[in-house]
Amino acid sequence: MTAAPIENIRNFAIVAHIDHGKSTLADRLIQLTGGLTEREMVGREQVLDSMDIERERGITIKAQTVRLAYRARDGKDYVLNLIDTPGHVDFAYEVNRSLAACEGSLLVVDASQGVEAQTLANVYQALDNNHEVVPVLNKVDLPAAEPDKVKQQIEDVIGLDASDAILISAKTGENVPEVLEAIVTRLPPPKGDRDAPLKALLVDSWYDLYLGVVVLVRIVDGTLRKDQRIRMIQTDASYEVDRVGVFTPKLTAAEQLGPGEIGFLTASIKEVADTRVGDTITDDRKPCAEPLPGFRPAIPVVFCGLFPVDAANFEDLRAAMGKLRLNDASFTYEMETSAALGFGFRCGFLGLLHLEIIQERLAREFDLDLIATAPSVIYKMVLTDGKEIEIHNPVDMPDVVKIKEIHEPWIEATVMTPDEYLGAVLKLCQDRRGVQKELTYIGNRALVKYELPLNEVVFDFYDRLKSVSKGYASFDYHLTDYREADLVKMQMLVNAEPVDALSMLVHKTRAEARGRAMAEKLKELIPPHMFQIPIQAAIGGKVIARETVRAFRKDVTAKCYGGDVTRKRKLLEKQKEGKKRMRQFGKVDIPQEAFIAALKVDV
Amino acid sequence: MSTDVTDGGAFGVYIHWPFCLSKCPYCDFNSHVRHAAIDETRYVRAFAAELAATAERVPERTVSTIFFGGGTPSLMQPSTVAAILDEVARHWTVSPDVEITLEANPTSVEATRFRGYRLAGVNRVSLGVQALDDSALKQLGRLHTAREALEAVGIARKIFERYSFDLIYARPGHAPQDWAAELKRAIDEAAEHLSLYQLTIEPETPFFALQAARKLVVPDDDRARDLYDVTREICAARGLPAYEISNHARPGAECRHNLVYWRGHEYAGIGPGAHGRLGVDGRRFATATEKRPEAWLARVESAGHGLVTDEPLTREECADEFLLMGLRLAEGIDPERYATLAGRPLDAGRIATLHAEGAVETTSEGRLRVTLSGFPVLDAVVADLAA
Repeated sequence: MTAAPIENIRNFAIVAHIDHGKSTLADRLIQLTGGLTEREMVGREQVLDSMDIERERGITIKAQTVRLAYRARDGKDYVLNLIDTPGHVDFAYEVNRSLAACEGSLLVVDASQGVEAQTLANVYQALDNNHEVVPVLNKVDLPAAEPDKVKQQIEDVIGLDASDAILISAKTGENVPEVLEAIVTRLPPPKGDRDAPLKALLVDSWYDLYLGVVVLVRIVDGTLRKDQRIRMIQTDASYEVDRVGVFTPKLTAAEQLGPGEIGFLTASIKEVADTRVGDTITDDRKPCAEPLPGFRPAIPVVFCGLFPVDAANFEDLRAAMGKLRLNDASFTYEMETSAALGFGFRCGFLGLLHLEIIQERLAREFDLDLIATAPSVIYKMVLTDGKEIEIHNPVDMPDVVKIKEIHEPWIEATVMTPDEYLGAVLKLCQDRRGVQKELTYIGNRALVKYELPLNEVVFDFYDRLKSVSKGYASFDYHLTDYREADLVKMQMLVNAEPVDALSMLVHKTRAEARGRAMAEKLKELIPPHMFQIPIQAAIGGKVIARETVRAFRKDVTAKCYGGDVTRKRKLLEKQKEGKKRMRQFGKVDIPQEAFIAALKVDV
Repeated sequence: MSTDVTDGGAFGVYIHWPFCLSKCPYCDFNSHVRHAAIDETRYVRAFAAELAATAERVPERTVSTIFFGGGTPSLMQPSTVAAILDEVARHWTVSPDVEITLEANPTSVEATRFRGYRLAGVNRVSLGVQALDDSALKQLGRLHTAREALEAVGIARKIFERYSFDLIYARPGHAPQDWAAELKRAIDEAAEHLSLYQLTIEPETPFFALQAARKLVVPDDDRARDLYDVTREICAARGLPAYEISNHARPGAECRHNLVYWRGHEYAGIGPGAHGRLGVDGRRFATATEKRPEAWLARVESAGHGLVTDEPLTREECADEFLLMGLRLAEGIDPERYATLAGRPLDAGRIATLHAEGAVETTSEGRLRVTLSGFPVLDAVVADLAA
């Protein structure tokens, strides 16, 4: 395979909300251009989402690409590179770099649902990257499809001319060939100088069991070849290229990659952490003058502790974290010891979804039962002695008398909701200390922008939003700044012992309600013991809420003879198993569900 | 591995007679109602075969107790009981002071067979009186009246050296003062032993369905606890202290057969749905037979025994059983024996916590036993210790 002439290359991404049919359209495009045979497609719905989790949740975590060979109606052969971008706000930076590798985007909107918050964020990113955007209305075969209304919405909300939007059904294949033709005719070819020093964008990377780290690259200038000595500008590491190639979507070796092309390289790179999304790859001997703009190191914004339910599984958890980290450099972890939960790890994530994904992968791929502590954000504190510190874990918070100021991260959130749920959505944002910035109607949908403290969002906001809007509201956010806040450290005491895993920083005005709700929840979930158990929420030494788990007075089997032993022993075995899933705090056994549920209380 | 699985202690034989005239709505035992006559001679042959098969596995035992349970063993002809006892004696040595108990319903019909049982060798009866209140008896589905029951108790007193009867408390609407009166009356009628059970709603019983439909309301845990406390106090005050959660006796009059279970000794289970614990080659085997009477018969007649379960217990299983049974007794357990069985001692930290809570105590001889305040929450104590 030789490098294609640059004017016959088109690089594009698909911008869409979850469930609006991005993956189905991608499958169709691959099929129409013969990337996979009919037989290979069968049973591989959503070819590009290769992780189980990706398929189940309908989200893409890793950017993937496929090179399509297309003979257009003008008789010429084109190379179309589709980059499937991660589709969630937590991966906004990764999305941005994927978009930076393309000249254009297909904006896919469900013709029965309309534009969603996430679509907005991504389409703005595409426009920021100077993309030509082709609107595509999907699912026009559905009875509920209202293409005209949605076109109007695209014009009103995004300000994009939708008059020549392509109306398709990715499911039935209707009009999909028009999409291919539009990619060729409406999107510009890439630009680049073949004779200039190599300059390539590191779009994404992942770990392959056989190949090691596979790096997805977009060549801007120059050429990339096997045996070439390359240098990553940001990490300043140099490697010798083992392989270059393209995805058809199978990995297919190529002689070289030229300007405008998207493909992969391998270079005996051991860890994904050695490759930074957005880095610039150049020739070690003949480097380019300056790196590509827009690089940003991945910074975790949400933290929580992860502990094995069974303390005996700590080493398994450590091994699992190491393996995950091989493939996901944006996730960080360091060992943590909790009085309550024993040995575990303090982990950093790009966002809540990222947290959930990692947790789920640990459970699923490594068969680990975990307890997660309250999610926390990074607080910046100015101490009385003038020192500034960052706190990732409420447990590490210094004595209040030593703190002069606490600053917390704020976000700007965009919520789109059908108007019947607007009241509930506003109330939710308001309750979470939100400051309304914007409220606009587009037909019967409302677009709301709020400034919110991130610590109110990490605490169950997304679940609540889904629940108050019956799943219809969509949500997107980005970090804005740090603001001073009146925060206090709230502790939960069970039988007079503080449970460190449940301590958190909360806003003073919200502490009492949260404390009361958590105490009530714990009361429900801690089984009765032989003694009564006080449950308290406290700030400093002051108790702000109190509940009591009553002692049970009767718990004994009346009849137990020779014929009952087996059954009773099996019952006892179950109880023992159940106890393993509990954590002992002083004399009290707390089931792990209590931790999870207490953190999800609805306040 | 040689573990101390039988303790070289007593050896009991349990015989299950699985038939009843009618099924009581609270009962989840293996009991069956048959309208056709039961061919008792065929059952005797099957019991004989199963005893022979068991004796082959555990030969040379001295039988210290035999217990006919059910179902309703007092529906058996005395000759059937005699034939079964003969078979027991054919295979094992029977201790001269053997305790032979038979469970009986306290009806006038069954009382007529008491003398026959005594002649067959039975020396102790356990009567299912259940209540001394006719409306309660009716609700419990019993076929006798209180008066009839007390008459049967009177007959038993004349014929047997030893007898006991059962009562059920914490019945729907059962008030502590009513139960206290009923209990005092029962103690006057009882010579040496009473079994007093809190009504337990077992799954798959008519009472369970009624409770689920909210047509049956039994006292809640707090009120059950009050009734339990009343039971303990009255019995202790009148010379029948509890030697086990639900069993009360004058010292020395405990049911020796049931002590075999609670002390973790060896016992053979003969008949449909009977369970055994046998020590074979240094291991403790859990056995259980086919529950359905006809299927059991067929199995015994073709295979020579009715076993459907015959598994060696692991050390941990032996230790768990020892703990959960042994701690039911006022005398408690020997922690050394637990350590021998489990291969590890009980967790000292957990014991210390339970000590501090006043749920357990260690006697001067080093036995670990549950205290008066620990007994009502025994299941939790056991779960704590076993974990």
